[in-house]
Amino acid sequence: MHRIHSNIPEGPLTEKWSSYKSNQNLVNPANKRKLDIIVVGTGLAGGAAAASLAEMGFKVKSFCYQDSPRRAHSIAAQGGINAAKNYQNDGDSIFRLFFDTVKGGDYRSREGNVYRLAEVSNQIIDQCVAQGVPFAREYGGTLDNRSFGGALVSRTFYARGQTGQQLLLGAYQSLSRQIKQGNVEMYPRMEMQNLVMVDGKARGIICRDVITGKLERFSAHAVVLATGGYGNVFFLSTMAMGANASAIWQCHKKGALFGNPCYVQIHPTCIPVHGEYQSKLTLMSESLRNDGRIWVPKNKEDAEKLQKGEISGSEIPEENRDYYLERRYPAFGNLVPRDVASRAAKERCDAGYGVNSTGLAVFLDFKDSIARLGKDVIEAKYGNLFQMYEKITDDNPYEMPMMIYPAIHYSMGGIWVDYELQTTVPGLFATGESNFSDHGANRLGASALMQGLADGYFVLPYTIQNYLAHEINTPRFPTDLKEFEQAESEVRKRLEDLMAVKGSQTVDTIHKRLGKIMWDYVGMARNKDGLELAIEEIQNLKEDFWNNLKIPGEMDDLNPELQKATRLADFLELGELMAMDAMHREESCGGHFREEFQTGEGEALRNDKDFAYVAAWEYKGEGKEPELHKEALKFENVELKQRNYK
Amino acid sequence: MDLKLKIWRQKDSQSRGKFVNYKLNDVSPDSSFLEMLDVLNEELVERNEEPIVFDHDCREGICGACGMVINGRPHGPDSLITVCQLHMRKFKHGDTIVIEPWRARAFPLIKDLMVDRYAFDKLIQESGFVSVNTGSAPEANSIPVKKHYADLAMDAAACIGCGACVAACKNASAMLFVGAKVSHLTLLPQGKIEAKERVLQMVAKMDELGFGNCTNTGACEAECPKGITLTNIARLNREYYYAKV
Ligand SMILES: Cc1cc2nc3c(=O)[nH]c(=O)nc-3n(C[C@H](O)[C@H](O)[C@H](O)COP(=O)(O)OP(=O)(O)OC[C@H]3O[C@@H](n4cnc5c(N)ncnc54)[C@H](O)[C@@H]3O)c2cc1C
Ligand code: SF4
Ligand code: FES
Repeated sequence: MHRIHSNIPEGPLTEKWSSYKSNQNLVNPANKRKLDIIVVGTGLAGGAAAASLAEMGFKVKSFCYQDSPRRAHSIAAQGGINAAKNYQNDGDSIFRLFFDTVKGGDYRSREGNVYRLAEVSNQIIDQCVAQGVPFAREYGGTLDNRSFGGALVSRTFYARGQTGQQLLLGAYQSLSRQIKQGNVEMYPRMEMQNLVMVDGKARGIICRDVITGKLERFSAHAVVLATGGYGNVFFLSTMAMGANASAIWQCHKKGALFGNPCYVQIHPTCIPVHGEYQSKLTLMSESLRNDGRIWVPKNKEDAEKLQKGEISGSEIPEENRDYYLERRYPAFGNLVPRDVASRAAKERCDAGYGVNSTGLAVFLDFKDSIARLGKDVIEAKYGNLFQMYEKITDDNPYEMPMMIYPAIHYSMGGIWVDYELQTTVPGLFATGESNFSDHGANRLGASALMQGLADGYFVLPYTIQNYLAHEINTPRFPTDLKEFEQAESEVRKRLEDLMAVKGSQTVDTIHKRLGKIMWDYVGMARNKDGLELAIEEIQNLKEDFWNNLKIPGEMDDLNPELQKATRLADFLELGELMAMDAMHREESCGGHFREEFQTGEGEALRNDKDFAYVAAWEYKGEGKEPELHKEALKFENVELKQRNYK
Repeated sequence: MDLKLKIWRQKDSQSRGKFVNYKLNDVSPDSSFLEMLDVLNEELVERNEEPIVFDHDCREGICGACGMVINGRPHGPDSLITVCQLHMRKFKHGDTIVIEPWRARAFPLIKDLMVDRYAFDKLIQESGFVSVNTGSAPEANSIPVKKHYADLAMDAAACIGCGACVAACKNASAMLFVGAKVSHLTLLPQGKIEAKERVLQMVAKMDELGFGNCTNTGACEAECPKGITLTNIARLNREYYYAKV
């Protein structure tokens, strides 16, 4: 039996983090120089962590699979980052941000973690401004804010539609400074394939050099994962093409429990799927819901005409439009949280009111706000998004309503960590989207950037010292230990096995099949029969993969097909665990919607009596059932309620 | 639509490369350029041939990973977009499309259409940052920034580090890229403090890394997918001049 303790400090909510920091062990400056830390990933979480740890004096090795650390997928975040500054004087506070995040997560996250997140949010903004992040400003020179879903206050800081880019460049530039100073060794185009453990502790990693195909070993006193989300299990998602679960999955197989794998977020405003050849989906920032109104026709005949392309949306008169979010949720309207907005879109489309040829799209209309504010104002706010939309769809959103549909966007689930962000493997930490921590069953908009940077700048650099303080007598060690040998040969064997299949199916054809199973049965609406079927189909597909896969080229060479195959091998295993987790959770909460568990009005129906816990899964070996561990969630500061956005 | 493709294939930096001709039929005008290459690559893999290697990741025009010269133009015929945002409706049935990698001394070729742009990272490492340690920042609103300058800084900071400016330039100069970073940081009070050292160090590094000189042809601006303007080069020159005197 694994011991899972959240290690949340005792004491009142508001004092937990400060009392933790006052009492934790620290490493003195002379010893910091003697300690090596591997940070895998250079997104907001990894980039910020690597830079901060190096500034403190640790020796850091930083890894990413792209050609440059600046290209981590955090770069693609558009809308903004939350903080409880209350600059708008609209009643915001740390407690309110904490409360909104817990409620938004449908009461499936830890109070202690979320409160800490809200607490450090303000420091993040200070830090980023000092780095030169060009946040939007008011004419008076102070910082501007916008609203995001799930909140009644305006607390989102933004840099046009490129907030993630600007925050990441801030972290990347700090990282670059540390590379120059010799405190960080940077390894781009290095993909982590395995974890090395020595005496039960994380001591290193095995990477495949993407260019040469060679396997490389790296050792350290601690390993930090910051490898992002696993949305690409679904093949089509808003994730980058290379986003993968391999690092976290291999660590899971080495003993790190996996938390809430079934919690994935489906974002309501993405450009709809248009063809078989499609490689990914493009998000249209949630910020658009500030000024855009979502609707479908009231009459089915109009919807049918739209589907046949006989009329366009702008021809449908006002009285025949159904602004269904405003109708169903008058208090929050178009700004309901993502899970609610996504399901409502699916409900309308399933009922036959979809507005494009596939019937899987709704309108997001700017007509009213253009009339109210003027085209210039809308262009200044969303110009780059409108341009992106037009380039992809060939439609002009200033004149025609946008068409949108939900798509896979974020994984709330991830590697289980305690309050210190440590996994169940000693010395192995997980940060950012790769861990399961702060968002419960649903993440609010603009909270992932906040969490990534909170973990990277302000949480991990402290908590990791509580572990490293006990490692100061461990000397740097070589990578020719038998544990490294063993871990490397596991990777080599797997690569050889993949190359040896020599079947007839390409990686992408199999990945698309996995994506379809996941979307149909483990997507926006789930039920027991579907999930059972999904598990069976994934198992068959896995078999097909290992018997029919085709990879050209050589193993010890730049080989993109082999690279994709290693990722897919892990997605196939993770997909199955996601389905199992979704099946065991007999309730609906946040992004996890079980059709058997809903209110009369079609809202998610939680079961707090039986399911107010984190599901942490333990890997038991090939072909064996994973074991479920439960971490009970205690709510002492918020009252559990059915979420109400009406 | 049916297309003829002439694509640069080169096994590695040591080997000699050449154009190889491919035919691709039934390309959807709604697919993106990279999706078109995906379809070709699937066909190649099915025939047991090695797929064409190119960098790409976000496919949303923001990570800066993608980049190739299409019919003589970096990122292809459309303006203000990256190749991952280019859609096939910009081409027509029967077209021949010539596809090549970025060619510049500072960006050595790795394979096919993939090049090594680490020189850009080296430029940022040199001094493309504000020297501020985590935890030492003052309250964010304590230093007001005129909206006009914040907006100009944002214009410059929008650079995605793709390298099209270098590929477009006959001298393979990195002035637009460096000009953008120098402008972004110098326009803000937070970055102003180190302005002098930054501009001198980045310019010296640019020469050291093998980027060419700027002869004001403006090809970089014309091909930049993010609309980084020549005013950033002018600002760089001005800052450099101030720093020297
Ligand atoms: C289109 C889009 C828009 C978004 N908009 C917002 C928003 O407005 N506000 C908000 O708060 N959130 C937003 N999000 C979510 C947010 O951007 C992400 O959750 C967050 O940036 C993740 O950061 P990260 O550091 O955890 O991971 P990432 O930025 O994804 O970085 C992962 C890193 O790990 C590396 N890596 C991965 N696997 C390996 C491996 N096997 N070996 C070596 N390295 C590896 C990668 O190279 C990369 O450096 C958005 C997400 C998307 C996709
Ligand atoms: S200046 Fe433009 S072309 Fe050059 S790297 Fe930046 S975005 Fe690319
Ligand atoms: S793939 Fe990211 S900019 Fe084109």
